[in-house]
Amino acid sequence: MPFDVVRGVLEQGLLWAPMVLGVYVTFRVLNYADLTVDGSFTLGAAIAARLIFAGGDPWLGTLLALAAGGVAGAVTGLLHTHLKIPALLSGILTMIALYSVNLRIMGRANLSLLRAETIFTDAARWLTPGIAALLLSFAFVVVVLVMLYAFLQTELGMAVRATGDNEQMIRSLGVNTGTMKVIGLSLGNALCALSGALVGQFQKFADIQMGIGMIIIGLASVIIGEVLCGAPTVWRALLAVVVGSIIYRAVVSLVLSLGLAPTDLKLLTAAIVTLALAFPVLRRHFGWRTLARGGSAAGIERRG
Amino acid sequence: MAGEPWRGVVALLELNGVVKVFNRGNVNEKVALDGVSLNLVPGEVVTIIGSNGAGKSTLLNVIAGVYEIDAGTIKIEGREVQREPEHVRSGYIGRVFQDPALGTAASMTIEENLAMACRRGKPRGLRRGITREERELFRRRLSLLGLGLEGRLTTKVGLLSGGQRQALTVLMATISSPKLLLLDEHTAALDPKTAVTVLALTERVIRENNLTTLMVTHNMEQALKIGTRTIMMHEGRIILDISGAERKHVTVGDLLKMFEQVSGNTFNTDRVLLTRSF
Repeated sequence: MPFDVVRGVLEQGLLWAPMVLGVYVTFRVLNYADLTVDGSFTLGAAIAARLIFAGGDPWLGTLLALAAGGVAGAVTGLLHTHLKIPALLSGILTMIALYSVNLRIMGRANLSLLRAETIFTDAARWLTPGIAALLLSFAFVVVVLVMLYAFLQTELGMAVRATGDNEQMIRSLGVNTGTMKVIGLSLGNALCALSGALVGQFQKFADIQMGIGMIIIGLASVIIGEVLCGAPTVWRALLAVVVGSIIYRAVVSLVLSLGLAPTDLKLLTAAIVTLALAFPVLRRHFGWRTLARGGSAAGIERRG
Repeated sequence: MAGEPWRGVVALLELNGVVKVFNRGNVNEKVALDGVSLNLVPGEVVTIIGSNGAGKSTLLNVIAGVYEIDAGTIKIEGREVQREPEHVRSGYIGRVFQDPALGTAASMTIEENLAMACRRGKPRGLRRGITREERELFRRRLSLLGLGLEGRLTTKVGLLSGGQRQALTVLMATISSPKLLLLDEHTAALDPKTAVTVLALTERVIRENNLTTLMVTHNMEQALKIGTRTIMMHEGRIILDISGAERKHVTVGDLLKMFEQVSGNTFNTDRVLLTRSF
């Protein structure tokens, strides 16, 4: 495989990895099917792009994107926990609202950042040329991984994990599970928005449509990672998610090179996720033996 | 006597005219608690019996704050708590449920589960979730269970048996010394041998920590053996409350007779009938 292709796959996988980690936090850790991510990914790109377009500091833009994603996630959480709107609908409401918000932020349907100063053009000045973007996105993923892992080991992080595992139990230990959901959703969407900001700057444009199907891409990556690497510990699960993100991009690159039309990509992704989610049913129906190694009984149970 | 000294001490738990109605104004309306009043002095261990639908579990659930009550007051150490949400009351009330799966987080390790229990009622921040000293404490406490769990601190709880999980839940419910312990038929889902082990463990931690306890059970033998006082419920009311010398001489047969006299019904629960032969 030519070096360019490998580099491209790694770059894409790492740029989208924070988004996949965000989906992992909401979907797996919190056990909440959060559709906000479609909107918060674009939100991140929109904020960074708008600020850069106006001549602002790209690093500040990236940071602002992260914060805005956190706010978006918190809104979904509050709709669900305080206004008692069902989980799925809360996410959809925020996602739809963000469509308008994102258009307001960008002022138009897409913003080009050609010749603008981004964190990647900045990094190219002090990192090895050619692989500057790769190194920078790698650095982002390492920092996010370490911080996310550290958070999940704190008192608060453990309470968030327990909320996704057994709400009744952690409430009986004196934890406000509503607050934990807001924190988890906020964290997950902050990561999605960060990813959006990175992707927008890397491809040098932000587009109102760029977040569509993010939740499914995230799920596909999470599932691929779990099946290939297993998730016996929190650390292994997080690494598996990043590996899943990269493998997903490799698969995309492969099927595109085999002649699949880029417009059919979402159909393919949806098919992958459907197969993965339906796997327990299909296995029972056809009497297959289990394929996945590792992976806790609880994980399999939850997946089923 | 609201909050007043009672028998020389402030009641740890005081229920006054507690009413709970499910599906009010609906054809399915059900009066689950019909004016329940109850006082528990500190350190008192009370067992609750009654046929299905008598309101035993509802009683524990309104005390824990799972359901809001429709009338009456609930006081803990003289302070009204009936308006406090469940997670706030959980700060000082330990609970063990019938289903072993409900009391623990399956995807988390034994030490993580215990560490979360240690932080009952305390604000949770960005401090390390488990400290080294806690690990030592957990090892010591787990070794007392005699289940070999002290060497498996990083094992996921989902891999344990129901009995092991329930023993762990008892430990979790009591490790931070709550003011009140609520046990809702916590050995009913276990096999007889494991049930005996878990019950012995429960009695020991109650005694060692001098915990005020309310324990719902279907086993009349158990109800009379454990604790110092037994309450019988029927159709949302307490119909019998025996303690002291009176309770000492009561047999399961007497209890059933008393039930029939007071309620005008026969005690017709399969599960209870089974315990008659003991």
